[in-house]
Amino acid sequence: MKKDINSLSPEAREIIKAQITRRSLLVGAGAIGGAAFLASCSSDSEPSGAGSPEDVGGTVRWANWTAYLDAKKVDGKRTYPSLNKFIESTGIDVDYLVKYNDNDEFYALVQENLKAGKDIGYDIVTPTDWMAARWIRLGYAQELDAANIPNKNNILDTLANVSFDPGRNYSLTWQSGFAGFCWNKDVIKNDVVSIEQIFAPANKGRVVVLSEMRDTMGIILQYQGVDISQPFTEDQFMNGIDYFKKLIADGFIRQVKGNDYLEDMANGDAVAAIGWSGDMFSENLDGKNYGFAIPESGGTLWSDNMLVASTSANKANSEALMNHYYDPAIAAEVAAWVNYICPVKGAQAEMEKIDPELANSPFIFPDAETLSKVKVFRGLDAEEEFNFAAAFQEAIGA
Amino acid sequence: MALAHAEVGNKAHAPKKRAKRIAYFLLAPGLTWLLIFFAFPLINLAETSTKTPAPTFETGEFVQTFRFSNFVDAFVNNQEQFFRSFLYALIATLFALAIAYPLAYAIAFRSGPWKNLMLILVVAPFFTSFLLRTLAWKQILGAEGPVVSALQFLGILPPEATITATAFSVILGLTYNFLPFMTLPIYASLDRIDYRLLEASGDLYANGVTTFRKVTLPLSAPGVVAGTLLTFIPASGDYINAQLLGSPENYMIGNVINSRFFRVVDYPTAAALSFILMATILVLVVIYIRRLGTDELV
Repeated sequence: MKKDINSLSPEAREIIKAQITRRSLLVGAGAIGGAAFLASCSSDSEPSGAGSPEDVGGTVRWANWTAYLDAKKVDGKRTYPSLNKFIESTGIDVDYLVKYNDNDEFYALVQENLKAGKDIGYDIVTPTDWMAARWIRLGYAQELDAANIPNKNNILDTLANVSFDPGRNYSLTWQSGFAGFCWNKDVIKNDVVSIEQIFAPANKGRVVVLSEMRDTMGIILQYQGVDISQPFTEDQFMNGIDYFKKLIADGFIRQVKGNDYLEDMANGDAVAAIGWSGDMFSENLDGKNYGFAIPESGGTLWSDNMLVASTSANKANSEALMNHYYDPAIAAEVAAWVNYICPVKGAQAEMEKIDPELANSPFIFPDAETLSKVKVFRGLDAEEEFNFAAAFQEAIGA
Repeated sequence: MALAHAEVGNKAHAPKKRAKRIAYFLLAPGLTWLLIFFAFPLINLAETSTKTPAPTFETGEFVQTFRFSNFVDAFVNNQEQFFRSFLYALIATLFALAIAYPLAYAIAFRSGPWKNLMLILVVAPFFTSFLLRTLAWKQILGAEGPVVSALQFLGILPPEATITATAFSVILGLTYNFLPFMTLPIYASLDRIDYRLLEASGDLYANGVTTFRKVTLPLSAPGVVAGTLLTFIPASGDYINAQLLGSPENYMIGNVINSRFFRVVDYPTAAALSFILMATILVLVVIYIRRLGTDELV
C-alpha cells in the first residue's frame, strides 16, 4: 500500500493522504472529539516515532525561542538577514516561527501529535538539553544524515559528545547560554550579583524568575552551596525548594515565567529577573537599558538543540538549514546579534571581522574564568524528573 | 414530548412499539452526542484518576492501580487553591451582578433607540479572544500603565506599589471577562417584563423601591439565577486571569490542573482534581438552585 502511494506523483500522493486523513478522522470521531483532552493519557499506546514520513521536501518550519536569531526591521517588517542568505543561496523556503516560551509549554502543545505520528506543524524544534533528551528517548527526533551536514564537524569539542546524544546523531546545538541575574539599570543602579541583592527589600514583589526549573533552582541550590553538576540528593533539592517557597510566601517573587519574563521587565512590573544572558543584550539593541550578571554563588549553563521532529516530511531541507548555521561566518553573524554562546568552531575568528569587541565577549566565547562560575544542571532520572517538577510546581502554588 | 406519549398510549400495542422506536431513533443523534462528548471523556477521566506512574516513571506513562487515595492527596495538597477559586469566583460573581443588573435594567427600560447599540457593546468584547482581552488588562494595570500612574499621581497608591499580581487584579479580570454572561440573561428576563405591571404598581401607591422589590426583582429572578451560574461556574475553573494578572499567591485550582497536566505531566492527579472541582461545583449549584427553586429557571 505504502509503496503504491509512493510511486504516484506528489499531487496524487497528497490527495490520497488527505483522503486517508479524512476517513480516519470520521472513523475515529469519537476518539478525536471526545477524548482529545485525554487521548494522551492512555499509557497503552507506544510512541510511534519510528515511522517517520517520507521526505517530500518543502518549506522548513522552524520553532525557536524569543530573540534567538539576528533580526532587522526592514520597512517595519522583521526580517532575518542570516536566514535570507540561506533562502537566497539554496532556494529552500523557511518559516521562522518564534513559538518557544517554555520547554514544557511547547512540549504540551505538540506531544499529542508526536505520539499519534501526525504533523506537529514544525520540522525543526529547539528544546533545551533535558527536553531534547526526552524527545530523543521517546523516538520523537529523526536521525540526522551526517553527509548532509558537513559543517557538523565544526561543533565545539565540549558539545560533540553529550550524554543524551553521543556523537550528535539526532541533535545539533543551536546556542548555549547562562542563566543569571537580569535587572533594569534605570531602576537599580548597582550591579546585581548576589541572591541578597536581587531579593533586596527594595525589589520586593518586583522580581520575576524563570519557570525553567533547572535554571531557577540551579541558581538557588548553588547559593546554598550545592554543586548542581554532581549527584546531589533529593533532600538537598527540597531544601532549595523550601527556600524558594519562602521567597514566594514573603512576596519577593512576582511571577514565575517562561521567555515572556521580558514583557514584565518591559512594562515595568518587574525590575529584576532570573533570566537568560543573551536576552539582555538583544533587548539592549532594542533600546532597553538592562544589565546581566552571573551570580557570585554560581549561574547555570544550558544549551538548546536543533532536532528534526519525527513527524517532519522535510528532513533533507532541515539538515541543509542546520548545515548553513554551522558555517563559522554565519554562526558569527547570529552570535553578534543574539549574544549567546556560539557552538561553532572558527566563529570567533569570523567575529573579529564583524566586531572585535564581541570576539572577546565572555558571553559569546566564554573564557575559562567565566565558565568556572557556571554549572550544568545534572541529568535527572525519570523519577527525579517527575518528583522535582512536582515539587517545583507545588512551590509555585500551581 | 409528554403530549406525544399520551397520544401514543391510547393506540394499539404494535404501533406503540413502533412509535417508541421512532422516538429513540429521533433521540439517537442527541444521545450519541452526549455519549461521545460527555460520557466518554468522563469515563476516561475517571479511569485516569486512579492510576499511578509506571515503574519506569517514563514521561506520560501510567498504570492502573485503582489508587483512590489520589483524590484525598489531590484535595489535601491543594485545599488552599480550591478555597481561593471559589472565593474569587464568588466575589467576581457579586461584582458582576452589581454591575450587570443596573446595566441590563438600563438597556431593557431606559435605552430607547440605543437599545441595540448597547446590546452590541455588551457583546462586542467577544469579538476578540479571551486571552487578548486579559493581556490588555495586564497592560492597562501594569506598572507603567495609565491606571497606576494616575493613582500614584493622586497619592492614592504608594510610589512602589503595583496593581497586577494581586488578588484585586485577578478578581477584576474575572469580573470583566464574565460580565456579558451575567448581563445578557438578566437583560432577557427584564426585557420580558410587561412595563404596565410596573405602572400598575405605581398606581397602587408603591414607591420605586417597593416596585423594584415586589415586582421587578422577582420577575427577573430567573435571569439573575442563570447569570450567576454562568459567571460562577466558569470563573471558579478559570486559570488565565490568575496566570496573567496574578502572582503565585493568587493561583486558582485551574492553574494547578493546568500545571499538573502539562508541566509535571501527572495526569492522575490532574484528573482527580478535575473531578473534585466538577463535583464541588455540582453540589454548590444544586444547593443554590434548591434554595431559589427551579420553577422559574427557564
